[in-house]
Amino acid sequence: MHVSREPVDDTPHVVIEDLAFRRGRTTVFEGLSMTVPRGRITTVMGPSGTGKTTLLRLIGGQLRPTSGRIWVDGLEVARLSRRGLYNLRKRMGMLFQTGALLSDFNVFDNVAFPLREHTDLPEELIRHLVLMKLEAVGLRAARDLDPSQLSGGMARRVALARAIALDPQMIMYDEPFAGLDPITMGQIVTLIRRTNQTLGLTSVLVTHDVVEAMAISDQVVLLAEGRVVDRGTVDEVRGRASEWTSQFLEGRPDGPVPFHYPGTPYRDDLLGGKESRT
Amino acid sequence: MKQRFLEVSVGLFVLLGIAALFYLAIQVSNIAEYRDRDTYEVLAYFDNIGGLKVRAPITVSGVRVGRVADIAYDPERFQARVTLAIQSAHDHLPADTQASIFTAGLLGEQYIGLEPGGDFEMLQAGDEMLFTQSALVLENMIGRFLTNMSAD
Amino acid sequence: MMDFLAGLGRAGLGWFAVLGRASMFLARVLLSQDAVLRRFSLTVAELYSVGVRSLLIIVVSGLFVGMVLGYQGYITLVNFGAAEALGGVVALSLVRELGPVVTALLFAGRAGSALTAEIGLMKATEQLSAMEMMAVDPYRRVFAPRFFAGFVSMPLLAALFSAVGVVGGYLVGVGLLGVDSGSYFSQMQAVTDWREDVVSGVIKSVVFGFVVTWIAVFQGFDAEPTSEGISRATTQTVVVSALAVLGLDFILTGLMFGDL
Repeated sequence: MHVSREPVDDTPHVVIEDLAFRRGRTTVFEGLSMTVPRGRITTVMGPSGTGKTTLLRLIGGQLRPTSGRIWVDGLEVARLSRRGLYNLRKRMGMLFQTGALLSDFNVFDNVAFPLREHTDLPEELIRHLVLMKLEAVGLRAARDLDPSQLSGGMARRVALARAIALDPQMIMYDEPFAGLDPITMGQIVTLIRRTNQTLGLTSVLVTHDVVEAMAISDQVVLLAEGRVVDRGTVDEVRGRASEWTSQFLEGRPDGPVPFHYPGTPYRDDLLGGKESRT
Repeated sequence: MKQRFLEVSVGLFVLLGIAALFYLAIQVSNIAEYRDRDTYEVLAYFDNIGGLKVRAPITVSGVRVGRVADIAYDPERFQARVTLAIQSAHDHLPADTQASIFTAGLLGEQYIGLEPGGDFEMLQAGDEMLFTQSALVLENMIGRFLTNMSAD
Repeated sequence: MMDFLAGLGRAGLGWFAVLGRASMFLARVLLSQDAVLRRFSLTVAELYSVGVRSLLIIVVSGLFVGMVLGYQGYITLVNFGAAEALGGVVALSLVRELGPVVTALLFAGRAGSALTAEIGLMKATEQLSAMEMMAVDPYRRVFAPRFFAGFVSMPLLAALFSAVGVVGGYLVGVGLLGVDSGSYFSQMQAVTDWREDVVSGVIKSVVFGFVVTWIAVFQGFDAEPTSEGISRATTQTVVVSALAVLGLDFILTGLMFGDL
């Protein structure tokens, strides 16, 4: 079990209250409430398609909730002006699943991008900062490569260096482990933990990789069908394991979450399969 | 270094585009005419202007001295009123100068030819030209020719 | 029949929705134009990729179109014994119509499709999203300079096309077919009016530049963030631009030369 650096401030970093979000006619969230403690690693887990990424976009203010409220750092995200929102985002980093590096720039310029956009620092100082961030993710030597020359894991590490370039207070990871080989996965896990410890960053992870997430999380939030199914420390969640939770954590194919997409029995289709031929 | 190359090539591109515009203005079009806006206008009434158009050239002895500024129909005189814009440099045209509508070539444009008279008075801005000769209309000429034939 | 009508209605509503989105997008891009001057190096980079890199195709096409015009014009005019009027025919066709229209079509194919693909790819790989999360406004950083570059490049390219075309007509008419060099240019100047022909052509190219760039940037912005979505948006840019240019050309020609 890993322990984060003790946070100075006890108020939660992110508070979500009775959140509902609909996209067209599909309901993504309904009555979702949760908090993210400051300086800790919180992992949001759930099956694919439960809108985990959508949750991050709602916290980042890229989407507006249909109803309910989200506070980040005591500010209600949906009520902020564009300027207010942009100021909030400067204190927030986000790591996209693909890395989302800017394809026009090489590694160095990608990490330098937020610094050049938001500060008037001299080029010499920017160079120092960028190399420092790249050293932290172990890619200082790769600074002249183009994003297309990077592997998936390297791109994510560069994106992490970019996300922490402005020294944010919080960082959100969108599926940081998806599609990585075990070694790279281990590197990313270490990086997330180290970033959290050394910088005291509030970290929000969204993933369905149970083992890795459990290893580094302080708090786990399980989502299913648009609401929170279970939340607590890793041990708490594992301990009280409802049927659904244990199916998810152990990865059993059938259970409360059915293997089959809901529909009519197979037999009906076999006997009356006329419409499938036309 | 890369930025420098971008700047230089974009600068050249813009320059080239503007040069092309200048080329179109000076070599291709008649912008030179717009420069001598110093003209004076006189009026001429014609029974029939044929295919004369605004901007058609005005010549004296074949030399271009101006252009047609306006064409309108005068309902009181039952005639076409043509406004001629003549360059101020050519202000020595006798008052009894005759304006005739000619055709350049078989299919060509129609233009106004001026034939200076012998008056000591010169044409002033706003004057009316007293002697005019209408355009030759082919149908009228054939008609007249046939009438003459039958009269014989 | 009812299905057909319903489909028609749905398609119509879909088009209105697209037009609405496109207009709101345009409004925000125009409101972000202050970024064009404040970040001038970005604008220069876009002028390079939109304008300079379209130069070759425009110049070569202009030359060939001018040469064909010279040849065809000569064949027709010589029947009337009016080969001397060739210069006028070439210049008027280029300056009034072919310059702005063909340049706009080529521009949509060369620069417009590239803009759409580039922006669509940035959307699909979450680069635009990432910029937003880094508190960088993509309207200022990405769309505004691209829009400005397209809008400025188009008239310059169209002027180049016409100028090169006049030279192409000269090469064929005077160099190959033996029209008199002096009458080529004097006929040209006699029939081509600066204000009514050249300026009208420039106005056309400005309008086309605005519309084609708008379509291209918007299609990229509105593309479905998948590979098929991007390729469809790129095709759409070329098709919609071509239709818009030809349709607008008819309207503009009617407005400008209608009373002649």
